[in-house]
Amino acid sequence: MANVTLRNVRKTYPGGFEAIKGVNVDVGDGQFCVLVGPSGCGKSTLLRMVAGLETVTGGEIDIGGKVVNQVEPADRDIAMVFQNYALYPHMSVFNNMAYGLRNRGMKEAEIKSRVDEAARVLELTPMLERKPRQLSGGQRQRVAMGRAIVRQPKVFLFDEPLSNLDAKLRIAMRVEIRKLQRRLNTTSIYVTHDQLEAMTLADILVVMNGGQVEQVGNPLAIYEKPATTFVASFIGAPPMNLMATRPEEIRSQLAGSSAADAGILGIRPEDFVITDQAPDGGVALPLTVEAIERVGAETFVYGSREQEQQRIAANPGELPPGEIIVRIPGTEAPAIGAKIRVAAVRSKLHLFSADGRTRLEA
Amino acid sequence: MVEEEGFRRYVAHIILWIGIAVVAFPVYIAFVASTQDNALIANGQMSLLPGGHFFETYYQTIFVGTSGSTREPVGNMMLNSLVMALLIAVGKIAISIISAYAIVYFRFPFRMPIFWIIFITLMLPVEVRIYPTYKIVADLHMLDSYAGLALPLIASATATLLFRQFFMTVPDELLEASRIDGAGPLRFFWDTLLPLSRTNMAALFVILFILGWNQYLWPLLITTRDDMQTIQIGIRKMITTTDALTEWPIVMATAVLAMLPPVFVVVVMQKLFVRGLVETEK
Repeated sequence: MANVTLRNVRKTYPGGFEAIKGVNVDVGDGQFCVLVGPSGCGKSTLLRMVAGLETVTGGEIDIGGKVVNQVEPADRDIAMVFQNYALYPHMSVFNNMAYGLRNRGMKEAEIKSRVDEAARVLELTPMLERKPRQLSGGQRQRVAMGRAIVRQPKVFLFDEPLSNLDAKLRIAMRVEIRKLQRRLNTTSIYVTHDQLEAMTLADILVVMNGGQVEQVGNPLAIYEKPATTFVASFIGAPPMNLMATRPEEIRSQLAGSSAADAGILGIRPEDFVITDQAPDGGVALPLTVEAIERVGAETFVYGSREQEQQRIAANPGELPPGEIIVRIPGTEAPAIGAKIRVAAVRSKLHLFSADGRTRLEA
Repeated sequence: MVEEEGFRRYVAHIILWIGIAVVAFPVYIAFVASTQDNALIANGQMSLLPGGHFFETYYQTIFVGTSGSTREPVGNMMLNSLVMALLIAVGKIAISIISAYAIVYFRFPFRMPIFWIIFITLMLPVEVRIYPTYKIVADLHMLDSYAGLALPLIASATATLLFRQFFMTVPDELLEASRIDGAGPLRFFWDTLLPLSRTNMAALFVILFILGWNQYLWPLLITTRDDMQTIQIGIRKMITTTDALTEWPIVMATAVLAMLPPVFVVVVMQKLFVRGLVETEK
């Protein structure tokens, strides 16, 4: 059991590319920390630095009160689950799990009891003698987890462990991982680009972008109060609608707020309702319905506003300028081409400075 | 494969059979000649059916040798060839897998120049560097020895390249998982990389064994003693006789015997060989 503390951690590659630009994160004992961000944001690099697979060029990585910058991966008391599982193809499931223990000189009897216990927990007992290629993707994933568990490490590291699985299995394994981590109560760091995985797994969510931490905190707190437009559009699906407050149409509705001239207004798709009445102090927008997606429990309405020229800072998952997504109950479905009015109440508005880097209170 | 209908299929089969006959007939003739009486062959009256001297000819070939030219039993020549071919095949695999491991997995100064130097040796087979190589082997007193036969042929750029290509397809995560599992460089090589290279090694072994077995020029140069000569040299020496009749049955029996070990190796290792070329187990 251990804390993991990153103090101003930096990584600069020999070519001069700065992959990690000073990250500070503190993961408490037994907590589940998720690093999330778009590809290339440095989240995997950061995890590999904690594992000891990448060198640290600045700052300190502290596991259980000991700075491990110069410690070999095997001696850091961590276990890692890789995206492609990295099972030894020529070894049986049993040997895959036992290999790390044997290298540490553990007694065969102890190895056997640990592997058997892990196999029982992960329901791998009937497969212990098989080779990885005889297993399905989900089973391989569980073997990789087993290999981590038997070590009884201070920290689990997960590098996008579910991204090679199909959607259904991914959800099942996600729940499994969470349950397992709760039971073992082992500090964990988990990397993913899937915001849904991030939201459901994390005790602490770290949203990264361009080698920097955008926001750290409880997942729901981040969802409710994103600190930047990047976080706002990255966390939550479909993404938050972002629009400039400059057009008169919006500015007039925000009158009286300190944020009226601020720059960017964000409203989540689920916070809109279709209504003809302008809510008191809220924002109402006329839309033309361009497309609808009915997914059963809910309907997504893609509408366009007439006047929206200013493009908001480029972010992943961002809508084309002037397009608004509205999420309504699955029983409703406006006709394509219909003119509707949508509105959101004051408390559901998110306001950001013009550069998107600062959150303003409404 | 495309399934052909009727007539075209027969044509294809006929062509294949002709091909087989062209390849196999000389081998058959060699075998037939090895079972005939020498006088018959010398008179040009050799039958196309096997004669009755099979056992005595092969016994004499393996244990006694020709009565005139070399007087060395072919059994001993085969042993020499076998030792040389095995040394070359095993040595080449051992050296090249280690050098490929160094080049792929370790960062050391002049890594790429060293790789290119190995690559360039592809252009320098024994035939090109024969004088300096002979000089070195002679100065090291390795003439007429197994070491002299095998060592100069062991360094292999081809095998190094092959292993390098293979190692580069092994996912990096496997190395990383090994590091986290506490396996050092030697452990990773021994526990993970070698077992994964098994099929590649088998395929290479087949090719290199045949290459070693069929060496002619180099053994011809450095073996002077009859008891060190390889079977390929032996055949050559048996044919050249000054004042006696060439003992064709024995020459042919030797040729047939010389064919057997490579055939054996290919047959036994064919499955692994094909797997090594087409399949990767990762």
